[in-house]
Amino acid sequence: MSTRIEKRFAALKTEGRAALVTFTMSGDPDYATSLELAKALPKAGADLIELGMPFTDPMADGVAIQAAGLRALKGGQTLIKTLAMVRDFRKDNDDTPIVLMGYYNPIYIYGVNKFLVDAKAAGVDGLIVVDLPPEEDVELCLPALKAGLNFIRLATPTTDDKRLPAVLNNTSGFVYYVSIAGITGSAAPDVGKVSAAVERIKRHTQLPVAVGFGVRNADSARAIAAGADGVVVGSALIDVLRANLDADGKAGPNLVKAVTDLVSEIARGVRSAAKVAAK
Amino acid sequence: MTANQVNSFRTGPDERGHFGIYGGRFVAETLMPNILELEAAYAAAKADPAYQKEMDHHLAHFVGRPSPLYFAERLTQKFGGAKIYFKREDLNHTGAHKVNNVTGQIMLAWRMGKKRILAETGAGMHGVATATLCATFGLPCIVYMGAVDVERQQPNVLRMKMLGAEVRPVTSGSHTLKDAMNEALRDWVTNVSDTFYCIGTVAGPHPYPAMVRDFQCIIGNETRAQMQEAEGRLPDSLVACIGGGSNAMGLFHPFLDDRSVEIYGVEAAGHGIPSGQHAASVAGGRPGVLHGNRTYLLTDADGQIIEAHSISAGLDYPGIGPEHAWLNDMGRVKFLSATDDEAVAAFQLCSQLEGIIPALEPAHALARVFDLAVQKPKDHLMVVNMSGRGDKDLDSVAAFLESKKK
Repeated sequence: MSTRIEKRFAALKTEGRAALVTFTMSGDPDYATSLELAKALPKAGADLIELGMPFTDPMADGVAIQAAGLRALKGGQTLIKTLAMVRDFRKDNDDTPIVLMGYYNPIYIYGVNKFLVDAKAAGVDGLIVVDLPPEEDVELCLPALKAGLNFIRLATPTTDDKRLPAVLNNTSGFVYYVSIAGITGSAAPDVGKVSAAVERIKRHTQLPVAVGFGVRNADSARAIAAGADGVVVGSALIDVLRANLDADGKAGPNLVKAVTDLVSEIARGVRSAAKVAAK
Repeated sequence: MTANQVNSFRTGPDERGHFGIYGGRFVAETLMPNILELEAAYAAAKADPAYQKEMDHHLAHFVGRPSPLYFAERLTQKFGGAKIYFKREDLNHTGAHKVNNVTGQIMLAWRMGKKRILAETGAGMHGVATATLCATFGLPCIVYMGAVDVERQQPNVLRMKMLGAEVRPVTSGSHTLKDAMNEALRDWVTNVSDTFYCIGTVAGPHPYPAMVRDFQCIIGNETRAQMQEAEGRLPDSLVACIGGGSNAMGLFHPFLDDRSVEIYGVEAAGHGIPSGQHAASVAGGRPGVLHGNRTYLLTDADGQIIEAHSISAGLDYPGIGPEHAWLNDMGRVKFLSATDDEAVAAFQLCSQLEGIIPALEPAHALARVFDLAVQKPKDHLMVVNMSGRGDKDLDSVAAFLESKKK
């Protein structure tokens, strides 16, 4: 059994380049705009799509993603609607992997087993749940793997060699390396340290390693892509989205184009990176 | 499992921090190494007689323990039932029970070589206690406090600043305690290597609920000895207010296996449970996951956290400590609630009859003590945790009474 995530990383490895992973918040600022944006992302150069599941209390996120979640909730987004959005996306895209990212409480309240069945049926490929470390694997990670979904874990600068095997055990699809100890939208990481950290993780696993936090433009994406299997960009896209809201917080006419233009620019950066990680 | 099927209520949590289905360690990976480090450091300190000896010294000479167990004679006469005793945590240095826990944690931070202390605060009592201990240990202290709470608890904000702490008002979410905790966690994630997060209640990821409980158990242990001296026996009932529930757990835990002792926790019912504007997680919530633990939470059908409401900033939180959640399900602690109106009435009555201005938090407990006491015989011994003093609340209560006149 191979998921869309595994197939996509395998294909990109053959191509010899890193993946561009985009993060946007589902339902931000409203369902229709958010779906239109998600549908436009692959054409703009996104290889994998992470969709945020909005939550009132995102403890590991900075102001940009906090505000995105609150806008989505204000716009009426729910976990049910996020799954509906994935189904709508899948109507005309069957190969771009979709990863849902968020916090555990909405999934727990939805019901873990029901959520996994519905997510799989909707066309979700993987999950990133920030507040579920390996110590809580019985909650969602193990049932998700059994249901045929990838469970993508975050590794961080504080995850030392002693702890890394525990973090990687039961991780599938790819490893998401959080390049700085901090919240989303923080300052740019030191590129040299990041590639050293990716090398360290790769000594412990065959899985692709994508790097997130602090990627804001083509240059930083290119630098990170040279030493990793994937680059995640989130807060920078959300900042552009926010800049294209009108005074009432509604989507402005150029919102989707503005965000996808930045995605295209970053994609060019990723694709022009000298391949270090592929060796 | 029911209450009759367990041998002891005092053995939790298990090695992964669970009390039944509650508790756990639901935190971002960045924090996990720190949480494991803290767990190991606390276990080592707990086993070190020198640590305990130093803590006893601070509690006796700096905090002023033991706090008295006071017979509230005029309230007892007024209600004509149970003999009402107050455990006077309001007389501790800094004015509340919070300092018991903070003393333990700041000593631990010192042992661990941490150079920067974080705290969240609601009513400000935990913030004041943390700022105080940080002053005595010479450690920099940052206190996150919801902007709404900064407004309604100005005296404590001034105290914290005078003690040298930096108070950071939080303007995300509902601008109250839960948001202060989110912001403190964000700071901790960002400054993980040198920072110690001093949590103020029996909640958060393991080992916090158990560690804070251990530090607060001095309340119940003293009460047991003091009641023995005063009346020659155990109390018949215990009553305490519950936000996160640290003052309650400190009083209750040493008595959990004394099955003759009735135990009541009082949540804040705000404008009333049916109004939806309350902070009663057990009465009006359901099990969910927030701030590192599974517990009773105010959460909607989509799993979003509902903003709590209470006149008491210290109870204005949409969750409860996980051990309380378990004790509720086991039937060992009975959960009641009191509205804003009832708490303010109790606040006034206690001030006028006993000469003790209670904090709004224990005023919630008092509101239920009054109707519980009436139902009990005159030889029934009831202890209420007077967990803090009410100076900080005078402005809030005056404004509340003024608004009622209109």
